[in-house]
Amino acid sequence: MSATIPVAETPLVRFLLGRADDALILGHRLSEWTGHAPILEEELALANIGLDLIGQARALYAFAAEAEGAGHDEDDYAYLRDEGQFRNLLIAERPRGDFADTMVRQALYAIYAEMFWQAASQSTQRELAGFAAKAAKEMAYHVRHAGTWVVRLGDGTAESHARAQAALDRIAPYLDEMFDAEDPSLAGIVPDVPALRPGWDGAVRALLEEAKLSLPDVPFPQRGGRAGRHGETLGHLLATFQHLHRSHPGATW
Amino acid sequence: MYTQGLVSIEGAGGAEEERFQARVDAEERIEPNDRMPEAYRRTLLRQISQHAHSEIVGMLPEGNWITRAPSLKRKAALLAKVQDEGGHGLYLYAAAETLGSSREEMVDALLEGRAKYSSIFNYPTRTWADIGAIGWLVDGAAIMNQIPLCRCSYGPYARAMIRICREESFHQRQGYEIMLTLCRGTEAQKAMAQDALDRWWWPCLMMFGPPDGESQHSDASARWKIKRFSNDGLRQKFIDATVPQAHYLGLAVPDPELRFDEASGHWHSGPIDWEEFRRVLAGGGVCNRDRLEARRRAHEEGAWVREAALAYAARQRRVAA
Repeated sequence: MSATIPVAETPLVRFLLGRADDALILGHRLSEWTGHAPILEEELALANIGLDLIGQARALYAFAAEAEGAGHDEDDYAYLRDEGQFRNLLIAERPRGDFADTMVRQALYAIYAEMFWQAASQSTQRELAGFAAKAAKEMAYHVRHAGTWVVRLGDGTAESHARAQAALDRIAPYLDEMFDAEDPSLAGIVPDVPALRPGWDGAVRALLEEAKLSLPDVPFPQRGGRAGRHGETLGHLLATFQHLHRSHPGATW
Repeated sequence: MYTQGLVSIEGAGGAEEERFQARVDAEERIEPNDRMPEAYRRTLLRQISQHAHSEIVGMLPEGNWITRAPSLKRKAALLAKVQDEGGHGLYLYAAAETLGSSREEMVDALLEGRAKYSSIFNYPTRTWADIGAIGWLVDGAAIMNQIPLCRCSYGPYARAMIRICREESFHQRQGYEIMLTLCRGTEAQKAMAQDALDRWWWPCLMMFGPPDGESQHSDASARWKIKRFSNDGLRQKFIDATVPQAHYLGLAVPDPELRFDEASGHWHSGPIDWEEFRRVLAGGGVCNRDRLEARRRAHEEGAWVREAALAYAARQRRVAA
């Protein structure tokens, strides 16, 4: 077995790993659909969206490697960190669930991520700003795709409405964490995340209204992903994801 | 990825069929609105839909490794490859629909076990090297079969095959590159590559179908320029192309009778176990049941999604009217 790597996490490295992990873990969840989607066209779309996210993760791991300066590469970060070192939002690791779970989560995350990368395209760090502009365009497509499905499901049949509402109820506790502020020392490089909330609230309200769905009250929002405090599902995901890589220390693939 | 010639063909006759045959002989493309013998239409519909089903079922054995791919680069490449297969399924269903069937009817035939798909996908992908072997060997064999289909007499099929062959060639190079990386890697990786070749070699040779003498359908398909080369001819071409590639990898082809015949310029290979072929075709492969059940489950679990999309679209149409 390959040993776990230590990561020297400056606030910048931690920020970059967090965003990379969001994209990787969510991309992985989408890749779990391959061969099992409800419609052939959705096989293609889910794979496309997953590929965008995995591509984003790879670019962000490369930034993190440069910022850390310890000679790590994308695969070291993806395959050789333990669960507690993963910095992804909890929303990303929630199980794939049914098609409603997948699309509701995707829409809520994509609306957020489009706003986040749009804001990050103004970063004082030029490379990050360039990446962010491209990522924002990808997320805009994901918003359209997943948003359209949320409306179809919410306003489709009684069953699809019930499933979409149940999916929304299940994912709601994980939304607040998206708006937690990044380290203040990163001001200028990283957008003011809490400031994205009103715009997101407005966009989500409009979407849910069209879909005839309602966001439930959340008495106990869940957070802790950025600090490495995960639920029970990430460990299983990583066991599957990392097993082969870790079983052959030092091998090239 | 691949289609087996499992079609049945009735004899053709009459002045109209002679005119049709003259068009085919003149290498004219037959298009959806053209008159065509019923047997020609049925033959193509069955072949193209089987080919589409093979693409869709073929997503499962490779999909088995997407969540476990050993590097991010490989994960992305495999996800993109399997997505391409879904895309091939989509164009092929569309090509088959021009012959008067609907995708729903074709998918039902698959799920009810009335339609065939390529038997190669009833073998399991046990290790990561199987992903390399499928790209190199299964896609390699598929390309051998499919390049001639780019000149098939039926226009929509021929055009779909041009695009598909281009993508399959890319997949084949990618698969070979996975094998090359493994063979230049650790002892364990090289052993994994050898084991994959050992398991996939013979089933890949079977992909070309039964020996020419036993193939029931080749005559009419050849006359209609759907099939342009014999099973044995294509199989030999595949062996001749692939054996040197295996040697370059430093792998042993699992055939004790394999030797280069100077006189003919071909690789001579040993007998194929056609019992195994028939057994897997009849449902006795390791994964036959799992493959069909996975497709059925996806279809059943997706029913409410498709119903919702239809209900929503119908409501939107009413609002617009």
